[in-house]
Amino acid sequence: MNWRRFLRRDWWDAERAREIEAYLDIETSENIARGMTPADAVTAARRKLGNPALIREDIYRMNTVQWIDSTYQDLRHGLRLLRLNPGFFAVAGLSLVLGIGANTAIFQLLDAVRLRMLPVAHPEQLAELKIAKNDHCCSGMFAARRPNFTYPQWQQIRDHQQSFASVFAWGDRRFNLAGNGEVQYAEGLWVTGEFFQTLGVTPLVGRLIGSDDDRPGCGSPGAVISHAFWQKRFGGDPQVTEKKILLEGRHFPVLGVTPASFSGVEVGRNFDVAVPACAEPLIDSEDSYIPQRDHWWLAIMGRLKPGFSVDQATAQVAAMSPAVFESTVPPKYRPEEVKYYAAYKLSAVPAGSGVSSLRGDYEKPLYLLLAIAGLVLVIACANLANLMLARASTRQREIAVRLAIGAGRGRLIRQMLAESLLLAAAGVVGGVVVSQVLSRYLVSFLNLYLDLHTDWRILAFTAATGVLTCILFGLYPAFYATRIAPADAMKTTGRGLTSNREKFGFRRVLVVSQVSLSLVLLAGALLFVRSLRNLVTLDTGFRENGLLIANVDISRSNYNVERRAAYFRDLLGTVRHAPGVDDVATAAIVPVSGSGWNHTIEILDGPKQGNIVPWFNRITPSYFKTMDTPLLAGRMFDNRDTLASPEVAIVNEEFRKKYLGGANPLGKEFRLVVGPGEPQHVYQIVGLVRNSKYQSLRDNFVPIVFVAADQEKDPGFGVNMIVRSSAPLGSLMPELKRAILSVNPVASIEFKVFKTTLRESILRERLMAILSGFFGFLAAILATAGLYGVISYMVARRRNEIGIRVALGANRANILRLVLREAGVLLVAGLVIGTGLSIAAAQTAGSLVYGLQPSDPVTIELAVALLAVVALAASLIPALRASRLNPMAALREE
Amino acid sequence: MVDMGKRTAPTPTEILQGTLDMLILQTLAIGPAHGHTIAHVIGHRSEEVLQVEHGSLYPALHRLEDRGWIASFWGTSENNRKARYYRLTATGRRQLTAELSRWKRVVRAVNQVLRPVEERE
Repeated sequence: MNWRRFLRRDWWDAERAREIEAYLDIETSENIARGMTPADAVTAARRKLGNPALIREDIYRMNTVQWIDSTYQDLRHGLRLLRLNPGFFAVAGLSLVLGIGANTAIFQLLDAVRLRMLPVAHPEQLAELKIAKNDHCCSGMFAARRPNFTYPQWQQIRDHQQSFASVFAWGDRRFNLAGNGEVQYAEGLWVTGEFFQTLGVTPLVGRLIGSDDDRPGCGSPGAVISHAFWQKRFGGDPQVTEKKILLEGRHFPVLGVTPASFSGVEVGRNFDVAVPACAEPLIDSEDSYIPQRDHWWLAIMGRLKPGFSVDQATAQVAAMSPAVFESTVPPKYRPEEVKYYAAYKLSAVPAGSGVSSLRGDYEKPLYLLLAIAGLVLVIACANLANLMLARASTRQREIAVRLAIGAGRGRLIRQMLAESLLLAAAGVVGGVVVSQVLSRYLVSFLNLYLDLHTDWRILAFTAATGVLTCILFGLYPAFYATRIAPADAMKTTGRGLTSNREKFGFRRVLVVSQVSLSLVLLAGALLFVRSLRNLVTLDTGFRENGLLIANVDISRSNYNVERRAAYFRDLLGTVRHAPGVDDVATAAIVPVSGSGWNHTIEILDGPKQGNIVPWFNRITPSYFKTMDTPLLAGRMFDNRDTLASPEVAIVNEEFRKKYLGGANPLGKEFRLVVGPGEPQHVYQIVGLVRNSKYQSLRDNFVPIVFVAADQEKDPGFGVNMIVRSSAPLGSLMPELKRAILSVNPVASIEFKVFKTTLRESILRERLMAILSGFFGFLAAILATAGLYGVISYMVARRRNEIGIRVALGANRANILRLVLREAGVLLVAGLVIGTGLSIAAAQTAGSLVYGLQPSDPVTIELAVALLAVVALAASLIPALRASRLNPMAALREE
Repeated sequence: MVDMGKRTAPTPTEILQGTLDMLILQTLAIGPAHGHTIAHVIGHRSEEVLQVEHGSLYPALHRLEDRGWIASFWGTSENNRKARYYRLTATGRRQLTAELSRWKRVVRAVNQVLRPVEERE
């Protein structure tokens, strides 16, 4: 074929028409010359030529590409049909837009969290090193999101590994950018000198950190900033390399800027500043992690040597593990801990798609949400298929006529599919828009940094979804509509008393499956909503409203130990009298903040027990009053408890139950089990308090030991103050800030509303409840609409029959019952199947629900009841319409 | 050339198609002509045995032009009317030679088959 001809086919057509005209002209004049009358001459010429229109059509067809032209026609026809039914178009389009949009959005998130490779050269060569999972890993101090290794271990691994072209280590850390007062954090990274070079990142401005920058005792060698931070903080200043940046009160020269595409190796997190690991002692001074053998704060990744596989690397690093660990045993470890430590094995895992702690938290929920959104789309498709079927049956006569005068069935099917295709295309286009909004909302809801650009995988997914939906809702109705024998259709249209049961059967199947699937989604939604409700309303053991956390840091003041203890006492006293403050206490561990501290103890004079490892907190006397946790027995800490007095502890009910067999804890003593050379501590229990949540709301109550802050011999540079106030917390903050700075003007402060901490700790549950609730609601509406549609359709088809029944004496109640029975059968079938499916599907929710079984019977019953009521109400409308039927009108109509 | 191709039930015009192309090319070998003339010349030269359906001539002309075997231009006919003239191109001339030799081969082959069967034994 010839594209030029195709594009100019109309021009050619005109050309040929002129030519044929010329032929007729010549032939006519010759005929006249032969002696015919002009009229005869024209007729004879025409007869000789044949039908000019057919000739032109012949030529036109030669110029065209058959399928393009006919597809174009079909699409135009489809568009015209859709324009004729704006209501149908709106409903169908909206349900597809929502369905496809939701699917795409969730897939986009999944893609960003799980599937996408890092934007660096040859990401497939990257592998992360880890200590293979074992029951005794690891103990010590942990900092950063991936505290996989200590610095001494890193040095050993760097020097002994042979499978990687190069390896690097990094750890994350927030840096305070503010001089004093309220803190302003930058997301920071400690990186070793090989970091950027191994990843193959090239600088956008200036240079990046190299091996020469990361030398022991390097002082303040400089920092590399991310593109986003460069824009935000420096307004994209090209002279940024001549500037310095203040991190934790130290000046770092800016070395360079990374390209916009690079956001570190951790998915879901961006970094603002990267600093060589050798600068860590500068900032943490005497608390530096670098020399410590039990401070875990680094993660390690490497680029495999060419030809090395991850398995080979694992074998190699496993073989060198004894050398690494035997030479880095922490001195404080007890003998059995040393034994476990020396037996750790290194392993390598692929890291081409980056590393992320998000995956553990969100991978399963996202897959589950994708399944849920997929089901919603299926239900929407079933609804559309139903609508298309209804439309097809109203067009039966038209189709029969077209079949009778010789239209090909294939062409008719294609024509009907064109309409579905248009709908699906509209759904895809709208869906992409909706998905962009939705996925961005989700990312900001989850407070993540995710690169959500649309890649081929998302486009392929959306396109596939669109095609699939089109096939799902369009194909069967198209086949069904053209399956009729034309003669039958012409004869029977509008004549039959009741419609053909076999043809109606498919629509019933659709409705039953809609009802059952939406029951599954509704049950799921109720499950997650109830789970969230359990978390929100559970007994935390404290009163979370009206609490403000103020984290005060004085590491810039260089106070010695005595000065610090005195400072914290002063601080507490000053804050207590600040306006609006009802109570104030400090705690080493703020509940439900995710932090924790545990220690092995031994109960003195008690029966020998296995490993006793309760959780700890260090508090000031007013803690329980501030948190509103009641004391059950004994006493609170008070001014009797000093550095000089014997050490005392308060335990909770769970401690008594678990470790003391429910006996009275008062007066009992326990000691901390410590390693060689560490100070001994023996505590006497003086009080018993109600259970309260410790690390997370989801955990059950754990045994907790509270010790007195006033008996701490070595207070640190920071403190968490918990302030209770009946005043609005927003107005409290400036007052508190003034009070805190009045005690020490260079303190840095970070405020957090306790309630917000709680809400953030159940983000995942809120996400599941909101999204599954929304989807469940959508599914129920769709299924109800489907049932309504089918019942309305049935009533319309049986008008005649119902008219006769009424004429023969059936009363309104009879007719109502007739229609509702029809609806009831479909509903009950759907609910029964749906209940089975819900119980089966509930297992996938598994660990994601709190405080109830996934197959919780109450939840399913609730969902069944809800759906039944709504669906019956919806079918009541057509039933009432049928019962009010005027028999004369109904019978006369045909 | 008789096209007895893959189709099981060829229609008469289809049988004629390949031959018609050749006839048109041959007619144009004499000199440029418009559609009307071509039709009449073919009828005339075959002593009215081959009645070209004038209607099917134009799609054939279109096809040949599409293949580049003939070219067309608007001219004035002998009785002073506008008409589209066709002329043979160089490729068309080569094509005609090829078609003619093939046609002769076919005719000879068909004649071989049709000659009276010789008695054996």
